[in-house]
Amino acid sequence: MITVLLFSYLAEEAGRDQIQLQEGELSIGELKEKLEMEYNLSPMDQVMAAINQEYVTNEEKIKRGDIIALIPPVSGG
Amino acid sequence: MNTPFFRIAEEPIQVEEVIGLVRRREAGAVTVFMGTVREWTEGVRTSYLDYDAYQPMAVKMMERIGAEVQEHWPHTSIAMAHRVGRVAISDIAVVIAVSSPHRKEAYEANQYAIDRIKEIVPIWKEEGKGDGA
Repeated sequence: MITVLLFSYLAEEAGRDQIQLQEGELSIGELKEKLEMEYNLSPMDQVMAAINQEYVTNEEKIKRGDIIALIPPVSGG
Repeated sequence: MNTPFFRIAEEPIQVEEVIGLVRRREAGAVTVFMGTVREWTEGVRTSYLDYDAYQPMAVKMMERIGAEVQEHWPHTSIAMAHRVGRVAISDIAVVIAVSSPHRKEAYEANQYAIDRIKEIVPIWKEEGKGDGA
């Protein structure tokens, strides 16, 4: 199982801030596409991703037990 | 998850406390940056800002920025705190304090740190347009 954390407008669009998925062996890019379709989310071209709190690229493979964060453009400061 | 030097704050940030973390005998300069909530932006009025963070990663990224600063400006000491929750107009959203033996490094490192916060720290602000109630 993997856990996906959603933030900012992604959480609003999905209506939840956390999603659990059974499948593994996805890449981050594939995960984004899957969630865009299933939750009708805005395109995630500008959305960064982290696995276990480290930024990764769309090519990165997800492993079972990973915690994925989908991180819209940040706006701190 | 919070360290004193790199902190996500649920309550108003005490600026003197952040400064106190970097004051030391070797320092001849302390620069302090405070990011405050601006009321007007290009004709659009803000009532307040709500900040949300992916807290453990936000702290981790602030620590990373601290490490980058140490690498570029080895004689500096840095501390930063960023608010989450509702922040009113003129109130403080972020504080960065840097001390160094001479002022140039303290200025440079401080500006670098706020620029990096805006790039890599997972914090989001949401504009409040209402009356803040």
